Amino acid sequence: MIPPTRRAALAAAAGFGLSISLLARQSFAAGQGDMAARKLIFINCRGAMDGLSVSPPIGDPDYADLRRNLTLTDTALKLDAHFGLHPALISVQALALAGQARIAPAIATPDRARSHFEAQDVLESGAPVVYGASSGWLNRALASLQTQRKAEAISIGATAPLVLRGPAAVSSWSPGGLVNPQARLPSLLQDLYRDDPLLGPAFARGLATESMAQAAMAESASPAMTPSTDPKGYLKQGQDAAHKLGVTVAGFMREPNGPQIAALSLDGFDTHANQAGLIAARLGYLDAVLAGLQTGLGPNWRETVVLVATEFGRTARVNGTGGTDHGTASTALVLGGGLKPGGIIGDWPTLKTSSLFENRDVAPTLDMRSLFKGVLAEHLGLDRKALDTAVFPDSATARPLSGLV
Amino acid sequence: MADRDMDAAIAVTRFGLGARPGEMADIKHDPRGWLSGQIRPQGGDQPQTNPETSQQRIAEFREYRMDRKAEKAGNPINGDPEARDPVKMARRMLRDETGGDFTARARLAATTPAGFRERWTLFWANHFTVSATKLVTATIVGPFEQEAIRPHVFGPFISLLGAVETHPAMLLYLDQAQSIGPNSVAAQFLKRRSERGVGQPSLPVGAKQLGLNENLARETLELHTVGIGGGYSQTDVTEFARAMTGLSVGGLRDHSEVTGASIFRLQAHEPGARNIMGVRYPSGGKDQAGAVLADLAAKPQTAEFICGKIVRHFVADDPPPALVASLTQVWTASNGNLAKVAQALINAPEAWDPRPAKFKTPYEFLISSWRAAGREPDNITQTAAALTALGQKPFSPPSPKGWSDEADAWAAPDAIVKRMAWAQKFAERAAADRDPTRLAVEALGPRLGPAAATMIARSESRAEGLAVLLMSPEFQRR
Repeated sequence: MIPPTRRAALAAAAGFGLSISLLARQSFAAGQGDMAARKLIFINCRGAMDGLSVSPPIGDPDYADLRRNLTLTDTALKLDAHFGLHPALISVQALALAGQARIAPAIATPDRARSHFEAQDVLESGAPVVYGASSGWLNRALASLQTQRKAEAISIGATAPLVLRGPAAVSSWSPGGLVNPQARLPSLLQDLYRDDPLLGPAFARGLATESMAQAAMAESASPAMTPSTDPKGYLKQGQDAAHKLGVTVAGFMREPNGPQIAALSLDGFDTHANQAGLIAARLGYLDAVLAGLQTGLGPNWRETVVLVATEFGRTARVNGTGGTDHGTASTALVLGGGLKPGGIIGDWPTLKTSSLFENRDVAPTLDMRSLFKGVLAEHLGLDRKALDTAVFPDSATARPLSGLV
Repeated sequence: MADRDMDAAIAVTRFGLGARPGEMADIKHDPRGWLSGQIRPQGGDQPQTNPETSQQRIAEFREYRMDRKAEKAGNPINGDPEARDPVKMARRMLRDETGGDFTARARLAATTPAGFRERWTLFWANHFTVSATKLVTATIVGPFEQEAIRPHVFGPFISLLGAVETHPAMLLYLDQAQSIGPNSVAAQFLKRRSERGVGQPSLPVGAKQLGLNENLARETLELHTVGIGGGYSQTDVTEFARAMTGLSVGGLRDHSEVTGASIFRLQAHEPGARNIMGVRYPSGGKDQAGAVLADLAAKPQTAEFICGKIVRHFVADDPPPALVASLTQVWTASNGNLAKVAQALINAPEAWDPRPAKFKTPYEFLISSWRAAGREPDNITQTAAALTALGQKPFSPPSPKGWSDEADAWAAPDAIVKRMAWAQKFAERAAADRDPTRLAVEALGPRLGPAAATMIARSESRAEGLAVLLMSPEFQRR
C-alpha cells in the first residue's frame, strides 16, 4: 500500500500535470542511493604508453632479451613472480598490494593501424572502427545514466577530449579562471548567448563549474590534504603539481552537486628515443595524480574506480635509438577502494617470438571495450543492452568483464 | 551593394584574420580581387624578428648541452663564465628567442594588410607541425616556419614538402636525425668497433644505439601526404624509414660549417632498393627518399586529403564534398600548384556563405581582437599565459597532428569562461578612447547582429562594450 504522503504527492503531481514516469524515475533514483554516489575517473595516457614499462613481465623468459637496456627486472616494484610495476609507480604498487589496483597487461582497442590519431579516436569514441562515432563512449554512458538518475561529468583541461564530447552536456575545467559570476559581463553574455546552441550551454556550464572550483579549491587548501604532509616524501617538483591536480579533481567530485564522472589526459608517452628517462618522468607524474586522487577523495575512494588506458602499446623490441616504435597491446590500470581482489586482468600472451603480434608487438588478449563495459556495468549499473549498442556500438562480441567491482 | 558589404566582411574575417578599423571600407570595391592580390610567388610574409637561423640555434643548443655535461662532470667552462652559464643561457634562449619569434609572428598577423596570405601560411605551418614541446626543438619552431614554410606556400606542393621533410627542425622533432640503417656502413663499423674499442665514424649526436626510427616516415604518410586512409601498410612505413636513413643534422663532431644544418650521412643510409606502396626505388643514397617524396606529393590521395583539410579550415568543420572535389581537381590538374588551389578557394561560391560556420581558435581570437581594437601584441608573458589558459600554448601543439580545426575542441565550457576573462582584461587596457559601437561596425560590418549591436550601445563603459563585442557570437566565429 502506498503511504499517505506518497499518495498525496501523486495526487498533487497529477494535478500539476507532472508525469508519473518522472516520479517513478525519482523513486528509482532514491533506491539507487549507493550507486548514485559512485565515481568513475578515466585517465587517457596519450602518445602510446609502453605497457612493458608500466608493468614489466619480469617472470617472462624472453623479456630481458627483447628489452635489453630498457629491462627493469632489477628495479621493478614487485607485484608477484610474473609481473612488477615501473619503479616510478610507488602509489600504484601500494594500492595493488592492498587489493585496490590491478593491471590488464595485454589490452588493446579493436584498431590495429598503429596511428596515434586513429587509435585515440577509436579508444575515445568507443566505436569498432575509426571515425565510427563522432561522440565519446563516456559521454554516451553518461547520457544512459541520466535516464536513471542525476549524473554529471567533467573534463579536466583547456580543450574538450573526444571521450566526453557528445549529446549529454558536460562541464570542463582547468586552473586559472577566477571569474566573479556576480559581475555584469557574465550575465550580459548569458543573455547574448541565449539562442546560440554552441556558446549558450557551454558558457552557462563554465560559469557554474568555475564557482564550484572555487569552493573545491578552498577546501583542498586545508592542511590535511596538502602534499607537504605526504609521509613517504616521494613528491618532487613536477609531481607536486600532479598531486595537486589529483587533489583538486577529487575536490570537485566531493562537492555536493559535483560530477560523478571525470576525464583527464596526460600526454608525452610517445617515446621513440631515449625512452628510459622520459617514461620514468611521465609515470612519476601519473603516479602522483593517482595519489592525489586517492588523498583528495578520502572516504569516497571506497566508491571510486579509476581507469588508466592508452591508445596502443609499443614494440616489444627496443628500436635503434633507445626507444620503442608504435605497437599494439599495452597495459591498462584499474584502481579503486572497492575493487574485488584478483590477479592480472586478461591473459598474458608471453613474449615468445611466435606469440608476438606480427612478430613485433605484445599480442592483444583483451578488448579494451570489455574492460570499460565491465566497469560501467558493475560499478555504475549500466545495462548490457545500452553497453552493447549505444555506449559501445556493435560491441556485443566484446563481452563485459565481470568480477571487477 | 549590400552583397558587396557582406563579401567584404567575409573576405576579411573568414579568409583573413579579422578587420582592422577602416580595412573593410578599403576593400569593399573588390573583395575577391583583394584576396587574389595577396597570392604571390615569393610566399608568405616574414615576421620581423631575430635573424638567427635554425642552424645557429641548434648549434647553440648543442654547445649548451656540452657545457651542461662538462659542468655536471665538475669541469670548469671555458671563456666568460657569465656568458656561458648554462642555466642563464637556457633561460635566455627559451624566453628571449622563442618569445621574440612568437611575438613577431603575432605582430605580423595583427598588423598585416594581407590577412589571407598570413592565414594561408598558418594553415601550412599547422599542417606541417613542429612543436616546441621537445627541448631540442623548443627554440627552432619560428626559424623552421621562416625557412621551410613561408617561402613555399604558393609554390608547387613538392617544394614545400621537400623543404619541410629535410629541414633540421622536422628531422629532430620526429626523431629522423638519429635513425640509422641497420645494415649501413656506420652500423657495421660500430659493431666491429665495439669488439675492438677503437675508431669513431661521423655519427648523429645522441645516437647511443644504432638502428631505425620510423616516426618521420609514418607521420609523413599519415599526416603530411596521403593521410591515414591513403593505402599504405606497416611494411611501407618501415621501407620508407629505411629509405630516409642518412637524413640527419650536423653535430659538434661534424665539420663546424654543418653543425646544426641538415646533412646526408651516406654511411648511415640503409643500402639497397626499397619497395614502397607498390613502387620499386633503386638504391640511390640521398635521392632515394627524394624520389619517394615526389611520388607521394603527386598521389591523388594526397590531393584529396589536403584539400579536405583546406576546406575544413576555411569553410566548415564538415567540409562540403563538392568543394573538396573541385579543389582536388585543381590540385591534380596543376600538379599541386598551391597558388592555383588558393585561387580556386577564393572563386568557390561555397566559401562565401554569409552564415559563419567556423569557431575561432584561441590564436585567431586574440589576433582578431588586436586587429579590431587597432592594437598589436607587446607583452609575450601575458600573451603566452592567455593562450596557454585557452589551450593553445605558443608554438606547442600537443602532437604532430597540429592544432584542431574543429569547434568541438575549442568551445568547451571552461574555454569560453577563459575567453571572457581575457576579453575583460584586454578591453580594460585597449578601450581607452575608442567608441565600441564604431569598433563593432568596423570589425564585423553587416555580420553584426541587432542583439549584440544593442547590447554594445547600452554598455556601461567603453571597456564593457569592447568586451561584449569580442565575446559576441558573431565575433567568436568567422
